Amino acid sequence: MIFKVFDKKELKKLFDVLSSDNSIVGPVEIGADRNDQPIYAFSLVSDFNNIKLNYSTTKLPAKKFFLPFKEDLATFTIKEHGWQKNVDYNIDRPYIFFGLHACDINALNKLDKVLMGSTYPMPYYAAKRKNMFIVGIDCAPQPYCFCRSMGSDTVLHGFDMFLTDIGEEYFAEILSDTAYNFLKKINTRDPVEADHFLYMKSVSEKNKKFTAHVDTTDLTKILDMEFQSEVWKHWGQQCLACGTCSNVCPTCYCYGVEETVDINLKSARKTKSLYSCNLIDFAEVAGGHNFRPEQHIRLKYRYYHKHRGFVEAYEESLCVGCGRCGESCLAGIRVPEVIASVRRQED
Amino acid sequence: MAGDKAAKTYLGVPLFRPKVAFFELSSCEGCQLQIVNNEATLIDFFSLVEVVNFREAMTERSDNYDIAFVEGSITRSDERERLKKIRANAKILVALGSCACFGGVNQLKNRFDQAWVKNEVYGNFPVETEAARPLEDVVKVDLNIFGCPVKKEEVEKIVINLALGKAIVHPKYPVCMECKANENICLFDLGEPCLGPVTRGGCDSWCPNSKFGCWGCRGPAEDANIEQMKFIMKEYGFSEEVMLDRLECFGGFKTYAEEFRKSLPTVVTPSRKLFGTPPLKIRGGRGSYDSGEKDK
Ligand code: SF4
Ligand code: SF4
Ligand code: SF4
Ligand code: SF4
Ligand code: SF4
Repeated sequence: MIFKVFDKKELKKLFDVLSSDNSIVGPVEIGADRNDQPIYAFSLVSDFNNIKLNYSTTKLPAKKFFLPFKEDLATFTIKEHGWQKNVDYNIDRPYIFFGLHACDINALNKLDKVLMGSTYPMPYYAAKRKNMFIVGIDCAPQPYCFCRSMGSDTVLHGFDMFLTDIGEEYFAEILSDTAYNFLKKINTRDPVEADHFLYMKSVSEKNKKFTAHVDTTDLTKILDMEFQSEVWKHWGQQCLACGTCSNVCPTCYCYGVEETVDINLKSARKTKSLYSCNLIDFAEVAGGHNFRPEQHIRLKYRYYHKHRGFVEAYEESLCVGCGRCGESCLAGIRVPEVIASVRRQED
Repeated sequence: MAGDKAAKTYLGVPLFRPKVAFFELSSCEGCQLQIVNNEATLIDFFSLVEVVNFREAMTERSDNYDIAFVEGSITRSDERERLKKIRANAKILVALGSCACFGGVNQLKNRFDQAWVKNEVYGNFPVETEAARPLEDVVKVDLNIFGCPVKKEEVEKIVINLALGKAIVHPKYPVCMECKANENICLFDLGEPCLGPVTRGGCDSWCPNSKFGCWGCRGPAEDANIEQMKFIMKEYGFSEEVMLDRLECFGGFKTYAEEFRKSLPTVVTPSRKLFGTPPLKIRGGRGSYDSGEKDK
């Protein structure tokens, strides 16, 4: 890995260099909530001043840029006695992601394993993922962040450049040639020992700020043991089966596919929509049988996929601890509390 | 349209081109208006079906039809008789919109003393009117199309599927699912109440897209968690009346609403609130709510 250091004032220059030929996605403020706290979202930005690099967490992840909520997998042109299938991976240009936190980059790395690492990679995802340039940025832990428990508070790959605030300057980690070449266009210098200390100080200060935790020790085994636990009923009773948790989750990738014919009967489409295992008909099969008719069972399986099944398959959890699901859940169902209750940890 | 005799084919297979008729009972005709208001697809829509009766769009009439789309609720005895005749003629009877499915806004009057309602609306003018009821109280309904008004795109999709012989399925999940996909800021975050978490989706979160909380016009989502919804409303500082108002508004949540009202002996009959006097202001802890005509 190559490291560089540059003055904070150079960041705008970097943004301008990047944005001159590319579309940039970054965190922006889209409003304020009822407590006057800013609400952030990832959006296309052309002006550096609109980007909010000190953002807390966006309500929705950047998922829509690589796993859209709705996407046509194919369209069909219908002729008298046949049809023509048209496939488009729905990516018209590369995107630069400017200011992703470690959790969200880790989420992409997890999605890569499922959607690109299997025997049948998903081209719709791969086409978008391969056309990304990511500038990561460090963050301040929020009360709901438990990424450190999930090993997602730092990120080692899956980005082009990662910036850490070390006071007057940014400490840059460089992972790609492209990033290296872009950085040549602004004023940077090689780090000296003092910069290493500043970096380490910044990291250890961040670590002290975490307040939410999940104990993952032996979690797969404990989940196996507690499959019949009463706590699932407790949480299931509160769950609205609304799917919000999956929609705001940076790593949820489940979807449904629907084929529809357009009203002129001259074209048709196969559309993929993201779905959630918490929705009532997630496990409903042809003929109408529902394998998971009860809410507490569906909720339980969401946790089992994240914290047990995925761990068994990939030796890591499918949760990066971003806390979005808990923050958006109107029923107040939060991962740290759910896991603690399964482990019978009181607080 | 009725003259268009060329049989449509799809992939070489001739299509069933159903004869359809539209009728309205007590309603605002807003649902029928939805169907004719998208000019871009209107011609295609009318070439999929043979419309034999549609007062909103044509003058000819016929009693020979396969599918009857009936809008509105039943509020008079002659409407009951009319509906029975429609039922006898139609192979498929579709309840079009929330009035037909649940009684709709009309059923709000059922909560009051009927003599009082009549007097309040018509004065001494002699009219025959009875409690507003959904179609299924009188006849067998084959298909419900929810919404106040119905969503044009959804009706089109249903008609395409009828013509192609495909199954018709309604979303079972609540409005939140579509609301999140539309990237809306949750209204609860903005201090506004919303019935989206318990209301059937399919409207593409029509109201939250314009920052209006859902009033539940499509009725309950499958297995809706009303108890939790009550708890959430309370937690966000909205009174039980705010919740009840929404549950009662379109009739889809009738059973829950009736039970809820019974459990709240202190809730006043909302007579003064709905008629005559200015809307009641209800202020709650974490949010404020104006019971005026803001949402719908
Ligand atoms: S856990 Fe929360 S967000 Fe997820 S489906 Fe249940 S109520 Fe909705
Ligand atoms: S499960 Fe929740 S905390 Fe974990 S990654 Fe998904 S949204 Fe974030
Ligand atoms: S099974 Fe559930 S938790 Fe797992 S990815 Fe799918 S929606 Fe998310
Ligand atoms: S605004 Fe309403 S429909 Fe949208 S997420 Fe919030 S509660 Fe659900
Ligand atoms: S958001 Fe609610 S009230 Fe509005 S159209 Fe949809 S279901 Fe009806």
